[in-house]
Amino acid sequence: MPVKPLKKVTNPVNKKQKKMLVRIFAAAALLIALHFVPLDGMWKFVLYLVPYLVIGYDILIKAGKGIKNRQVFDENFLMAIATIGAFVIAVTDSGDYVEAIAVMLFYQIGEFFQSYAVGKSRKNISELMDIRPDYANIEENGALVRVDPDEVEVGTVIVVQPGEKVPIDGVIVEGSGSLNTSALTGESLPRDAKTGDEIISGCINMTGVLKIKTTKEFGESTVSKILDLVENASSRKSKSEDFISKFAKIYTPAVCIGAFALAILPPLIRMLAMGSSPQWSDWIYRALTFLVISCPCALVISIPLSFFAGIGGASREGVLVKGSNYLETLSKTNYVVFDKTGTLTQGVFEVNGIHHNKLEDEKLIEYAALVESASSHPISRSLQRAYGREPDRSRVTDVQEISGNGVMANVDGIPVAAGNAKLMERLGIEYIPCHHVGTIIHMAIDGQYAGHILISDVIKPTAKEAIGALKSAGVTKTVMLTGDIGSVAQAVGRELGVDEVHSELLPEDKVEIVEKLIKTKPAGGTLAFVGDGINDAPVLSRADIGIAMGAMGSDAAIEAADVVLMDDDPMKISKAIKISKKCLRIVYQNIVFAIGIKLICLALGALGIAGMWLAIFADVGVMIIAVLNAIRALFVKKL
Amino acid sequence: MKKTYKIEVDCANCANKMEDAAKKTPGVKDATVNFMTLKMNVEFEDGHEPRTVMEQVYKSCKKVEDDCEIFF
Repeated sequence: MPVKPLKKVTNPVNKKQKKMLVRIFAAAALLIALHFVPLDGMWKFVLYLVPYLVIGYDILIKAGKGIKNRQVFDENFLMAIATIGAFVIAVTDSGDYVEAIAVMLFYQIGEFFQSYAVGKSRKNISELMDIRPDYANIEENGALVRVDPDEVEVGTVIVVQPGEKVPIDGVIVEGSGSLNTSALTGESLPRDAKTGDEIISGCINMTGVLKIKTTKEFGESTVSKILDLVENASSRKSKSEDFISKFAKIYTPAVCIGAFALAILPPLIRMLAMGSSPQWSDWIYRALTFLVISCPCALVISIPLSFFAGIGGASREGVLVKGSNYLETLSKTNYVVFDKTGTLTQGVFEVNGIHHNKLEDEKLIEYAALVESASSHPISRSLQRAYGREPDRSRVTDVQEISGNGVMANVDGIPVAAGNAKLMERLGIEYIPCHHVGTIIHMAIDGQYAGHILISDVIKPTAKEAIGALKSAGVTKTVMLTGDIGSVAQAVGRELGVDEVHSELLPEDKVEIVEKLIKTKPAGGTLAFVGDGINDAPVLSRADIGIAMGAMGSDAAIEAADVVLMDDDPMKISKAIKISKKCLRIVYQNIVFAIGIKLICLALGALGIAGMWLAIFADVGVMIIAVLNAIRALFVKKL
Repeated sequence: MKKTYKIEVDCANCANKMEDAAKKTPGVKDATVNFMTLKMNVEFEDGHEPRTVMEQVYKSCKKVEDDCEIFF
């Protein structure tokens, strides 16, 4: 069942937050006021109890419920014990009531900050990914009616006005305009669209009114698929997250047992073995300090938040990552395997050169286009494109297609032949072989050799740069796989600087090669396979991480891949790796930092150097810093 | 069968506890709680009615974290 994505993630704790803020200020004010009131004995206890209850009553209630539900390691329960313990010590021993209240106060400030920061970044990131169209316009009796996009049937004509999002995939039947696809691809240049063009949902129409005939249901449209993917992404948990939740499960009980041991053992040893005074209150105080640091909050919040921010930032750049686990795998990439066509090359054949021609280039192309005008072969289509005009077929007579050789016809009454070397040999015309890589079309006009046209797959303008960028992103080996013939593959590989080229492959060979590479890759590294989503689904799923390119509108690619690049710029591959590396760096920083500070605090607390004040400051401070650090994962524009 | 529910919970650790509690509930094959998007994905075992299972999940979650909400 497709999950209906949430309309908008609102911050659910806003009311609670306000109330908490009032309580924090009230308790702080009371505490300061009491500082100036000379008090003693019973009255002091009672009056100091007021700010304590103001700031901590909910913790006490929750702790009570925790006891009822036998949740001994519940942080509310532990916090309650720590502060009540501090109160008891104050009454019996030190008279320092401020500490218990301050600890509760800072704990609550920390919780407040956490819920605020998380709520805020939740909102920010959701807004970043908010490409959800809320309505579709349908024309009814000459007036526009707004309807729920879910209710629009396939084949309906919808109207998109300037400034509106295209809600459903379709074909433009009327109008033209320029589209802002930045929410989908991260590309800021607008794209032009005119009647007859296919259009995908999620783009924003910037100029002109478009009438679009829908070709899909809303649930099947690009925008729904992307939203679904992104919203479910952080549910696939990474190893780091699993580690943290396991750690959290052990950490709290371990600290509690430590606290218990600290409260009981040293005094007993002092009393029994050393014969000195047990100093109960001192050791119990140290144990209570342990309980203050027992909450693993900073860790537990900052790790998923880092991943969430990383995935959010990546999707803003047109890189959709299907889960935190994939972000983690991606960061370890050291082999990148490409399927040549559609990733490094455009996958469209174009006229790339005209050599040894006696006529002008345009004239030769014109003849070639006319001769081939009856054919729908890709070669013929690229010639038509190069010609740029509709060929006037009335000029062409006596078309004769020789399968595997080429075409002969009369153009304006002159016999013209266009084809490969075999055709020239067949006609007994001397030709000049071409040393370039690609498909060669020799031309003969009126029995005379007239030069040849080179047609080849075009390398993407950023492909070479992209390979270089991968190297700087820590990739040690780049491999290109292709079904093309060896000479073409080698030439492309050399030009781009790819380390290894495998050519003349069938789809199943590709899986085999990828499997071999996975076996030989260095330990700890991963292999990423980049394909255009056409015919390479098995390889995409076999690789450690499958990256599909140019996925706008291709459902197969979105299904099969782990990472989806919304446009077809190969530079995005290294960008994706860099984003993942940054995110994982932040994750590790937070893990080391938070665990490190906690351990130091525990050690200092046990030695009696750090008191509760320091413990709570460290606890709240670590969390704030970790959360702020996590949010840094969102900023990936300049990577 | 898999279903997704919106939840409300304040702290990340509590979300983890809810996930554990949900996983242990009879009739639940697997469950994940996503604190960042505040959603709970539950995969039900065959032959169990999601609604009745969810009532149990809700009860178990309430036990480990009183201050939570599941909308089902």
